[in-house]
Amino acid sequence: MKTPTATGTITSGPAPAEPLVPGPGRRPAGRRTPRGIRRHLPYSPWLFAAPGLLVVGAFSLYPFLSTLVNAFTDRRTLVPGEFVGLANFRELLDDEMFWIGLRNSSLYVLGVVPALVILPLLLAMLVQRHIPGITFFRSAFYTPVVASIVVVGLIWVWMLDDRGLVNSVLEAVGVGRVGFLSDQWLLLLSAMGVTVWKGLGYYMIIYLAALANVPRELHEAAAVDGAGPMRRFFTVTVPAVRSTMVLVGALSSVAAFKVFSEVYLMAGPSGGPAGEDTTLVMLVQRVGTGLSGRVGYASAISVVVFVVTVALMLLVLRADRKEDA
Amino acid sequence: MSVINVTDADGKRIPATQLVLRYVLLLAVLALTVGPFLWQLSTSLKGPHEDIFGSPPKFLPGEPTLDNYTRVAQTIPVWDYALNSLKVATANVVTNCVGAALAGYALARMRYRGRRAATLAFILAMLVPVEGIMIAQFTTMRDLGLNNTLLGVLLPGSIGAMNVLLMRNAFLNLPDEVEEAAYVDGANVWQRFLRIALPSVKGTLAVVAIFAFMGAWDDFLWPLIVLSDPENFTLTIGLNYLHGTFANDERLVAAGTIIAVLPLIVLFACLQRFFFRGVGEGAVKG
Repeated sequence: MKTPTATGTITSGPAPAEPLVPGPGRRPAGRRTPRGIRRHLPYSPWLFAAPGLLVVGAFSLYPFLSTLVNAFTDRRTLVPGEFVGLANFRELLDDEMFWIGLRNSSLYVLGVVPALVILPLLLAMLVQRHIPGITFFRSAFYTPVVASIVVVGLIWVWMLDDRGLVNSVLEAVGVGRVGFLSDQWLLLLSAMGVTVWKGLGYYMIIYLAALANVPRELHEAAAVDGAGPMRRFFTVTVPAVRSTMVLVGALSSVAAFKVFSEVYLMAGPSGGPAGEDTTLVMLVQRVGTGLSGRVGYASAISVVVFVVTVALMLLVLRADRKEDA
Repeated sequence: MSVINVTDADGKRIPATQLVLRYVLLLAVLALTVGPFLWQLSTSLKGPHEDIFGSPPKFLPGEPTLDNYTRVAQTIPVWDYALNSLKVATANVVTNCVGAALAGYALARMRYRGRRAATLAFILAMLVPVEGIMIAQFTTMRDLGLNNTLLGVLLPGSIGAMNVLLMRNAFLNLPDEVEEAAYVDGANVWQRFLRIALPSVKGTLAVVAIFAFMGAWDDFLWPLIVLSDPENFTLTIGLNYLHGTFANDERLVAAGTIIAVLPLIVLFACLQRFFFRGVGEGAVKG
């Protein structure tokens, strides 16, 4: 129970609307599992668990298995389809759009994760001291987490519009207008910025809990030894919250690879003019839905999404273990 | 000179320079996080003849008006969409609270063969990413004849595996003895669940309720896939539609987004501690 078991989030976007998966134990190790009591009819537990098992089975586990199976068929929305072996995966290798999607989703991880591991930690340190008004600031910084990704996306589409607030300010200070939403790379970068902006408050709260467990004496001892703020940050704070940083890294990298909404809203359903800003999940949505949806092919792309997210998890956790050694 | 004497939780005085620096940084981050919302609000209140593109920008509406909110309702049935979102979100709260409490109780408080297997099923379900299975979910919904219905929007998340495990953890923390005593007094398992166990986990139940509401109200990807008829749109899908179709009027889109975000900001303002607790329990539970 003590190793992070986070292998996936259940919502889209790095600042999930729902709580996340279990991480390192906050509870003391060696927790006993209460035995529960056997003072009920033999079938009672199954009656209690039935609704949950039914929903989870029908809408999570079954679709997961059927995705794995469909990936090897040429099933379409209205056509049952037949087993085609690895044909879908062979087609992927020649599909330029797939490589664009894989590139963009991977770039998203590289761009978003470092920012979401470091910035919320700094923010948590900023709001950690109990100075007057601090609860107001904490809540205010959390506001973007509460808003729907659609609201957030549309707010920033307007902010970054050619004639929007950011460009008005840039022009007023003499920089000139920037085509945030028209250039392929600037758009992807802007979407990453939006993801980070929305996720800051969420991870800040996670870090705040971790910082509360750093003994104050450590800081004081380091200060007595003559360590400046920078040095104390790297020798006291970072080691103390390292397991939380790994957790945040794991959660945010999985979420970043599955990015959909931000880019969909900012670049449009087709992912920009030539589809150059398409992400992998956008491709799944585009290929697999609608009446002519290619369910088999979209499932094959989904399998790639599964494999990469699991690989990302293992990579982050392994990097953590290496540092231990 | 007046003495700035601010102390922190441990009664230590914070030096004035550090204090000023902290507030300057806090205000800067505040402008960055809340500013865009306020700009959107300001845009939604600006009159039709007012320049919303000017440089330097005007932060306050010169002739504030609610006209845009009326006009957005004439462009898309925004209140119907809000009602659809409200229906789905409310139903999602009920199904998640009831389903997760029942299943969580069965996983934590009862003894039977298959308990580990049932727990494992929920853990596995929690690890399956929605983005990876949405196409299969869509075909399942088609088979059930539920695509393009609000029920179809609701069902996949109606009892979240994560919520079941949160409830399980909450029930695990209760001592066995109280329920044993109730059993001796003749309470059956249903009475023990309802009258003894459930009242002890009200806090976690509130967390589940809030996140169920927010999750359904904010959700975008799944409703986008399952809903095709503008009649049944939820608010987020309706906003996307508005943005795609009437993108030329920023005031309308701004009014729509404010309608979508305001209820949640109010909810958050009232129930903050549960939001924060949810982050803690969700992300750092063992």
